[in-house]
Amino acid sequence: MKIIKFFLKTFIIFILNVSSSFSLVEVDITRGNLNPLPIAVSSLSQNDNSKKIFQEKLNIDDLGLEISKVIENNLKQSGLFNPLSKDAFLQKPDIAHLKPRFEDWSLIKAQALITGKVLIENEKLKVEFRLWDVLAAREMLALSFTTVPSNWRRVGHIITDKVYERLTGEKGYFDTRIIYVSEEGPKTQRIKKLAIMDQDGFNTKYLTLGNELVLTPRFNPTNQMVTYLSYFRNLPRVYLLDIETGIQEVVGDFPGMTFAPRFSPDGKKIIMSFAKDGNSDIYTMDIENRIVERITNHPSIDTSPSYSPDGKYITFNSDRSGYQQIYIMKSDGSNVKRISFGKGIYGTPVWSPRGDLIAFTKLHKGKFYIGVMRTDGKGERLLTENFYQEAPSWAPNGRVIIFYRETKTDDKGEGFSAKLWSIDLTGYNERMVKTEKDASDPSWSSLLSN
Amino acid sequence: MILNKILKSILLVLMFGLVVSACATKKTTTDAKMDSQIQADVYIGTDTVGELAKGVPDRVFFATNESLLTTKSRDTLRKQAAWLRENTNVNVVIEGHADERGTREYNLALGERRANAAKDYLMTYGISADRITVISYGKERPVDPGSNPLSWSKNRRSVTVKAN
Repeated sequence: MKIIKFFLKTFIIFILNVSSSFSLVEVDITRGNLNPLPIAVSSLSQNDNSKKIFQEKLNIDDLGLEISKVIENNLKQSGLFNPLSKDAFLQKPDIAHLKPRFEDWSLIKAQALITGKVLIENEKLKVEFRLWDVLAAREMLALSFTTVPSNWRRVGHIITDKVYERLTGEKGYFDTRIIYVSEEGPKTQRIKKLAIMDQDGFNTKYLTLGNELVLTPRFNPTNQMVTYLSYFRNLPRVYLLDIETGIQEVVGDFPGMTFAPRFSPDGKKIIMSFAKDGNSDIYTMDIENRIVERITNHPSIDTSPSYSPDGKYITFNSDRSGYQQIYIMKSDGSNVKRISFGKGIYGTPVWSPRGDLIAFTKLHKGKFYIGVMRTDGKGERLLTENFYQEAPSWAPNGRVIIFYRETKTDDKGEGFSAKLWSIDLTGYNERMVKTEKDASDPSWSSLLSN
Repeated sequence: MILNKILKSILLVLMFGLVVSACATKKTTTDAKMDSQIQADVYIGTDTVGELAKGVPDRVFFATNESLLTTKSRDTLRKQAAWLRENTNVNVVIEGHADERGTREYNLALGERRANAAKDYLMTYGISADRITVISYGKERPVDPGSNPLSWSKNRRSVTVKAN
């Protein structure tokens, strides 16, 4: 087990000036956005001395440019913004950062502009950036913060989050990670490893070696813990892994398979299924004192539990009606109510972090769908249809869903692949999420900063 | 009668239609092979079947979403039980599996249910519970990589293997 250190505490953010006055630029994210906002991301300027240090320390020729590319890529992937080509920029980064010549930027049709500056101060990376409303010719946001130089990609993510929040009115989701299962090898003998990467696919690290089967990792919403299923020593059990220290431990000493783990919203409990004698029920376990509580008690299969963000309810799937359907109940297991009544079978319900929706997988007439419904089961919307896809996980702002998709094999059983995909809640902006190898079972972290 | 004629011609058209549609639904040879190997959604062929011991098949197959044992499955399991009664030093692991057409977590539970269906049957034929371990692999270890009903039917299985 590799020990992985994250530098979470190294960010100090100062708010210089947040202009909350009326501005002309804003982005509506509540519906499919077919006209992404044209935005110019100027390279972050740097003085000669800092540039030299970046080249020596990070082996990066132009750090300001690289950070601006991180921001551009994030904005583009969101589907809400159209980052303009730098070839058309007329103003130099350092001058634009002091005071943009708005005529120049509106000439290339930019409606918003991001400028910035990076420099080394006492071995630390100091970052300053501004967001400008080009049409209104004024500053919308200015921030500065300090971090360790090796964290430079996160600088780009944090800037994107601030810009996204200022322009859409909602929290961003860019300074986040995805934990998932990396897959390789033939379909009948897949090798699976836990892997973690930045939301944009960079900085991939493998957390297990592939000696045993691992499945369904999920982030703790409050810290850097992960819970997952491991077949270590051929005993499928729920494990807990601290990704800062690399320490892992089996959770609970159940006399049978435990699976389908997920954290409670306060991060203090793990909810999971325990299978014994052909019957799977839902249990919780307090991580601190290891007290186990049985939540469901039914001869059917009850699994894939997920808490509401206030912790008062649990959604899960059960085949007590004959087929897999979605239910909700109070967190003590009382008031069980079926909520899915559409055609087909329903599984993997996951409560949105905003609380208003449940994402699910649906199988109907041989096709798999990722969809959302309200918590009373009404208002079902299917976002995407495919041969096989499942396991939705919400971005922390509840606007984007990540899931995995598998391909159909040919007559010889070849051509299998598994990939991560993301789609907006609106049903637009479906994208494959790049991973080094095949991938499945994604789980999105909370925002790492703020 | 004119009406009669019309009725007759309609009947003729209908019959012709039936013949045409019968031709249209005539199976290709692979489909026919597939049908002969799947009965009521359960695989009945022998392609992937190994042996627990000589003349004792190692696996039984299930219908989609089901854990009910078919007549053939029960026959196989009785052979396993008879062999286990004679070989008291052997313990077994029953691996439960599902096909790829279900969500991962549900399939883990389904595999466990299938393995236990086989275990329960062995127990009713005198094999003690402490000689049988069950493990579910859900859809993680398909024996056939295909994405078609025949492949899926081979993957919906429980396999009895010698422990240790």
